Amino acid sequence: MNAADTAWMLVATALVLLMTPALGFFYGGLVRAKNALNTMMMSFAALGCVAIAWALAGYSLAFAPGSAWLGDLSRLFLHGVGLAPNGTIPHVLFMAYQGTFAIITAALISGAIVERMQFRAYLIFLTLWSVLIYAPIAHWVWGGGWLAKLGALDFAGGTVVHVNAGVAAVVAALILGPRKDYARQAILPHSVPFTLLGAGLLWFGWFGFNAGSALGANALAALAFVNTMLAPAATLVVWTLLDLRRGGKVTAVGAATAVVVGLVAVTPAAGFISPIAAIALGGIAAIPSYYCVLWRPRTRLDDSLDVLAAHGVGGTVGAILTGVLAQKVWNGVADGVLFGAPMQLVVQIAGVAAVAAYSAAGTVVILKAIALFMPLRVTEHSGEGLGLDVSQHGEEAYGTGEGAILVLPDLIPPVTTPAPEPAGERA
Amino acid sequence: MKLVVAIVRPEKLTDVLEALFRAEVRGLTISRVQGHGGETERVTTYRGSTVKMELSEKVRLEIGVSDHFVEPTVGAILTAAQTGEVGDGKIFVLPVERVYRIRTAERDEAAVTPVG
Repeated sequence: MNAADTAWMLVATALVLLMTPALGFFYGGLVRAKNALNTMMMSFAALGCVAIAWALAGYSLAFAPGSAWLGDLSRLFLHGVGLAPNGTIPHVLFMAYQGTFAIITAALISGAIVERMQFRAYLIFLTLWSVLIYAPIAHWVWGGGWLAKLGALDFAGGTVVHVNAGVAAVVAALILGPRKDYARQAILPHSVPFTLLGAGLLWFGWFGFNAGSALGANALAALAFVNTMLAPAATLVVWTLLDLRRGGKVTAVGAATAVVVGLVAVTPAAGFISPIAAIALGGIAAIPSYYCVLWRPRTRLDDSLDVLAAHGVGGTVGAILTGVLAQKVWNGVADGVLFGAPMQLVVQIAGVAAVAAYSAAGTVVILKAIALFMPLRVTEHSGEGLGLDVSQHGEEAYGTGEGAILVLPDLIPPVTTPAPEPAGERA
Repeated sequence: MKLVVAIVRPEKLTDVLEALFRAEVRGLTISRVQGHGGETERVTTYRGSTVKMELSEKVRLEIGVSDHFVEPTVGAILTAAQTGEVGDGKIFVLPVERVYRIRTAERDEAAVTPVG
């Protein structure tokens, strides 16, 4: 047990947990005002049901010893997860840290299916997905599974988290179908400042995500930390130039998107590449995601908040470039193509393909199974038309209170003002 | 000349504008308004307080048209704004005494749709 490592990992766990409400702000700002609460709740709700599913079952399937494909059930209900060290930190802390990853990964998917999904169907999807899809894939890469044995490099989850969520998002968007107004009306972000706030808080939390993945307060954490600062900065610069070249204006939604793309891309690479390589990686990663964002709205694929472009494409580019730019003198583990190990690239691509295939197939099965028991979508007029805040949550994000009448519960008598005494008697 | 005043659902505004454009109605004013027209009220809950929202968000369109443009205008709004559920809104057609176009000081029929 190491006190410094424990201290850093306590902080890192809190940082990663903050990313999920931050994602709520990022996504919430991008939708229409009538769906703001619903969109933010899609992230917020993951803090509840995914965390509990993780503690009860997900952690065991991901990190208990088992086969190359899946952890066994020896850690079910946190059995044997105590204060004894796992590595250099208490086992309970390791479990909590990994739990925050499960929460944000599931929440990321919501960006593709906003403004139309039944909330109760979403909650069931979220919970099942985190246990049946996220946990096995986490086991493949970090739990001693087959991708780990193959030598796939995924420092903080470019494949496990981002490719996984990006592919599941596309599949979910296809199964639910586009919003009724998609490609018929202009659907504008209702609060770009929320989106910038969310992107900023995501970046802050991401230091815990990437530098925390060193699992200790050490030089590797410092490398991951610096790369987490530089790569998104480079993405932001390149994105700015692409924006200038396209329309002559630097957009705020573009800047927020760029930061997330850069963070996603550096996630698998953070502890494996040099800071100069991180700048190159961040800059290169801007290009495919930028053009994916431009291309997607011309299709019938209503991946509403571009989870594919940011996480699917960003994560894939990051995973591949990790296989190119990894440098043993920095990470002590493996070299990439540029440093004389061409096979690393093949392993990286195999990892992305396997995760994408399992994630896509599993997401189809879960959503189709839920659809047997309840509708996945809200109704057209009283749901999508009125907005999901009122129809799903019975609340409004920006209620003015005008015309609102308080419904008094029967048990409390109303506070009535005494009738005014007749004038004249008092004088 | 008539003034057509229509109260419609905000989510139907784009459809209405499209229909008016196709009917070649040019020149209109819209405002966001709140009103009550017999629709079932929305119930919202904030912690322990339950609240009935008696007023719902609507959009009001005001369109000054010449007499033979009244029917196309009303027709366009009727088709585009209809969902068939309570709360679709109203259309009022009012007589207008005089109209001036400020830019040119033209008046009456020359100052309303159709333009030119």
